[in-house]
Amino acid sequence: MPKSLFDKVWEAHEVLPQSPDHPGILYIDLHLIHEVTSPQAFTVLRERGLKVRRPDRTLATMDHSTPTLPPDASGQRPYVSEAARRQVEQLQKNCAEFGIELHDYQSPHRGIVHVMAPEMGAVQPGMTVVCGDSHTSTHGAFGALAFGIGTSEVGHVLASQCLLQNKPKSMLVEVKGTPGPGTGAKDIILAIIGQIGIHGGTGHVIEYRGEAISALSMEGRMTLCNMSIEAGARAGMVAPDEKTLAWLKGRPRAPQGADWEAACQRWLALASDPGATFDTVVEVDVEGLKPQITWGTHPGMEGNIDLTLPADDNPDTRKALQYMGEQPGEAMLGRKVDVVFVGSCTNARLSDLREAAAILRGRKIAAHVRMLVVPGSEQVRQQAEAEGLHQIFTEAGAQWREPGCSMCIAMNGDRAGPGELAVSTSNRNFEGRQGQGSRTVLASPATAAASAVRGAIADPREFL
Amino acid sequence: MEALKRIESCFVVLPEENIDTDQIIPAQFLTTTSREGLGQHAFHHWRYDENGQPKPDFPFNQAENTHCQVLVAGHNFGCGSSREHAPWALLDMGLKAVISSEIADIFRNNSLKNGLLAIVVPESLHRQLLQASERKIIIDLENQQLTFAGQHHAFEVDGFARHCMLNGLDPLGFLLEQQPAIDAYENTHG
Ligand code: SF4
Repeated sequence: MPKSLFDKVWEAHEVLPQSPDHPGILYIDLHLIHEVTSPQAFTVLRERGLKVRRPDRTLATMDHSTPTLPPDASGQRPYVSEAARRQVEQLQKNCAEFGIELHDYQSPHRGIVHVMAPEMGAVQPGMTVVCGDSHTSTHGAFGALAFGIGTSEVGHVLASQCLLQNKPKSMLVEVKGTPGPGTGAKDIILAIIGQIGIHGGTGHVIEYRGEAISALSMEGRMTLCNMSIEAGARAGMVAPDEKTLAWLKGRPRAPQGADWEAACQRWLALASDPGATFDTVVEVDVEGLKPQITWGTHPGMEGNIDLTLPADDNPDTRKALQYMGEQPGEAMLGRKVDVVFVGSCTNARLSDLREAAAILRGRKIAAHVRMLVVPGSEQVRQQAEAEGLHQIFTEAGAQWREPGCSMCIAMNGDRAGPGELAVSTSNRNFEGRQGQGSRTVLASPATAAASAVRGAIADPREFL
Repeated sequence: MEALKRIESCFVVLPEENIDTDQIIPAQFLTTTSREGLGQHAFHHWRYDENGQPKPDFPFNQAENTHCQVLVAGHNFGCGSSREHAPWALLDMGLKAVISSEIADIFRNNSLKNGLLAIVVPESLHRQLLQASERKIIIDLENQQLTFAGQHHAFEVDGFARHCMLNGLDPLGFLLEQQPAIDAYENTHG
């Protein structure tokens, strides 16, 4: 029987198949951890006297609670609270005690977990990857089966390297056409979510394919798979191809020499067989796609940059418009912007920073706008600085920060104020996501940069 | 995890659709390293004003609701972030079950693992619950049946999760018993 990419990866990791008495047991190749969702899992290990079964398959970094401002003269980092400092220190203790590789402040690889792990070549095609973080779906860009888990499950994987899981359903999202100028992966995924809805993927693992997906860079595919969870899906996957191999080659954890050749053979064979079937099939046409933005309080409330706001004829739309301070029939273009955030595991890779810098070069952001540019990792920071991107940002009037999640989740003190409108390259525009009472518009790095310059929501195509 | 067989309780209604885990427990409370004490922060942005005073119109701030063990919420409850702090917070508020016409995958998994029963009901029953004037419900996990307004309704719940909840078992115990199969897998897969 022809198999899909997802079927192949799933079956290769089944320790025990599902039975009437218990769910399937799935083996996990790579377990990523960070400070927020792991401490209670280590507590369980201690309470039960358990060890980490495979520290060599576990990789840790710190990203959510870490400040993005540098330490002061005495080396003190400006944590938002004592609790945040303690949480980071707890991760350091846990990793030391259980023998887990941690990318701490001194590491050249520290960064947002979903940015730094692929950079290290730790995520490879055909792997199962989990993390106590819903945007683990990012790693599906490599043809890995990667999904977010809860903290109880983090404990399960630490102790057993396995998860109790029933096989999700499969969904094919076929993306055809060539998107229009001034757009990229972010606009494509927003359009997909707009079409299938924020629970369109519930219970499913998505495979993305089609000409628009093949044309994306690996960075673009990471942006795409990253937001699969925003369509309700557990995971998103793209079959490995030559771009995947080229991206992985030579990375610190990638196979070398003869192992590399063998791995490439194996990886390319993972693609779905012709005739493989899916539980759900959706076609999305992105021919001539315009830049996309959200207007409401979830990522499915989105549309073309020149959209007019919908009628408030149902309670959810009404509530969203009210929260956002918007009126039906108005345009989003031209709305005054207070804050611009370029960052997050969705859009803080080098290509994203280049995209924003291309618009900011030689320009200034509007005087009333506060703009943060937060690289996704130490590697991104170093590469961006080597290219001089940080100078473009600071000369334009933006702040250039240290890597971390920052204003995507507003846990570390970087936040937008009540009532402020933030154009953000992150992934969630939920109420209060970027600070209590703050309003978020999700967009690409190009749209964010254009809006910073204009001081109002702007079409990036006018700046190309 | 405490064994859970039967709940007989009033229920609280939050009719909004797509209540995400950022609303259930905002990120500012995630710096904790413990599971305890999150109930006071549940629905923080909806429950308290900017000065930290309770908003009187929020259902969980109303006296008749403070002892309810069941939440009936709008479609697609628990979407967004995978934070297990969300079911921890709801349990810490005294809730034992959440009912909706759709519940997001990760939240549902997390809830069942902690003894918070997550039940998906058909749209028609969901509508009745949202609009009920008499908010009383009986949930019988043993027989997978809920009773509302004198009517019985069967519901589905994952068999293994049900077994664990009825007996107060933690799934980690089961997983650790599978060590021989895991060893065998590792031996053949490197
Ligand atoms: S950048 Fe945002 S979405 Fe990504 S891991 Fe950090 S908090 Fe989560």
